[in-house]
Amino acid sequence: MAQTITINPPGITEEQIRSLKKGDMVSISGIILTGRDTAHKYIKDNFLHGEIPEAERETYEGLKKFLHGGILYHAGPVVLNDPNGQPYITAVGPTTSLREEPYEYDVIKHFGVRAVIGKGGMGEKTLSACKEFGAVYLHAIGGAAAYTAKSIRKVHGNFKPEFGTPEAFWILEVENLECVVTMDAHGESLHADILQSSSSAAKEILGGIH
Amino acid sequence: MEEQQNTRAPEPWPRKEMFEPLHGKAESRVDAILLLIREASTNLPGDVISSLSEQKAKESDGSQAQRALGIILENIEIAYDAKTPICQDTGTNIFHVHYPVGTSTIALRNEITQAVRRATELGYLRPNSVDSITGKNSGDNTGIGLPSLYFHEWEKDHLEIKLMLKGGGCENVGAQYALPESRLGAGRDLAGVKKVVLDAVLQAQGRGCSPGILGVGIGGDRVSGALLAKEQLFRTLEDQSPDPLLADAEAEMLEKSNQLGIGPMGFGGATTLLSVKMAKMHRIPASFFVSTSYMCWASRRKSLVLKQDNTYIIE
Repeated sequence: MAQTITINPPGITEEQIRSLKKGDMVSISGIILTGRDTAHKYIKDNFLHGEIPEAERETYEGLKKFLHGGILYHAGPVVLNDPNGQPYITAVGPTTSLREEPYEYDVIKHFGVRAVIGKGGMGEKTLSACKEFGAVYLHAIGGAAAYTAKSIRKVHGNFKPEFGTPEAFWILEVENLECVVTMDAHGESLHADILQSSSSAAKEILGGIH
Repeated sequence: MEEQQNTRAPEPWPRKEMFEPLHGKAESRVDAILLLIREASTNLPGDVISSLSEQKAKESDGSQAQRALGIILENIEIAYDAKTPICQDTGTNIFHVHYPVGTSTIALRNEITQAVRRATELGYLRPNSVDSITGKNSGDNTGIGLPSLYFHEWEKDHLEIKLMLKGGGCENVGAQYALPESRLGAGRDLAGVKKVVLDAVLQAQGRGCSPGILGVGIGGDRVSGALLAKEQLFRTLEDQSPDPLLADAEAEMLEKSNQLGIGPMGFGGATTLLSVKMAKMHRIPASFFVSTSYMCWASRRKSLVLKQDNTYIIE
């Protein structure tokens, strides 16, 4: 039976994550970090090969604070500034996660990320990271950017603004952001299930097209 | 929130004004184009909203598919009220311009570019134009080849600008097949076309932000076929191909695609596609391409009709 569990990043425990099952709903209240293509490449190039470059140390420590026991959200928001110069977000739906498949195993392992939010699901390597290190993949509703933006209470700045608005790491305070667990820490993936069932259906349908 | 959703579904959608065309008189062509961009980014076409709403009622109660469609509908309404983007990926800005004899396309190009810059400042568009090698974002949605502009002269005396905002998630799952395709047993005939179309939907899974709309271009070369496929996405969902064979194929492939059970967001369910749109063009004997262009549920297409006196209709 699907359940709704509240999690509060960046203080999520392995136990909480291991209790989640494919199909469960989670409600997120806390601070999460966005990161997509440039962000993942940056992490790989700078932090995953031993020595942290001195110039990047401050960013590294900042990222670690939010990612350890935290949530990485695959998203590139629309950001405006209010008259006081405070950034706010009007649209922030998930982006396609599969592009980060080459990186995510190592990112989860290195930082101790407990959940990744995105859309479309990820592959076997990420699924194995979820199982090994205790993490889940959470599916948001692709395209529902205005809806998702409603859950954002505050934007606490960013890291690497020079990557451009969509690609920077944005620090977001969210309240009751709801997602579905589609890949759990027990090796189960809804995406693998649907791929299998739809492939079987396609095989049958193809046989009937003449 | 749950209760609100339940009172909203199924039809009738309560917000009739969202379906109404926008009339007025603009100060300038740039202002009218800016309004076109705003409408495209923040208000979905009525036929797409109705279709999403109808499909929500068809998904089983309490399913993730139904929940996803409920959130999608709620999102559409929030974006409409707040005049904020429906989706943060405001995509490639594709303009098809029909202009009267004697109108300067250089001037139109400048005006569209100005409107795109202004729309980016106002947050209707995300800064989405990136140098392919350096990765540097231009910050204003302009760049080499962007915005994407197509000019067609016509004999009418008004201007028509059709705009499509095409996000990256769905663009990335578009495909091109060369028939025959042995993996699928697809030969050089209509049955072969249908087989690769089904495969394109299967390969896309939920990653194109299903439920989507599939444009199919049959024939042409690798460029013209892909363009034909994408142009189909300007058609309304009700529109059928004037070619009876293709009209039947559109209906058949919609039904068969939905039998795959991929569902909204790839969560599983009855609604994988909202529509299939096909068109054909001649080809050379050696080539038989089938090109597909996938449009996400956030099918942001609007058209602006602008008269000489700057009165406009956007729908």
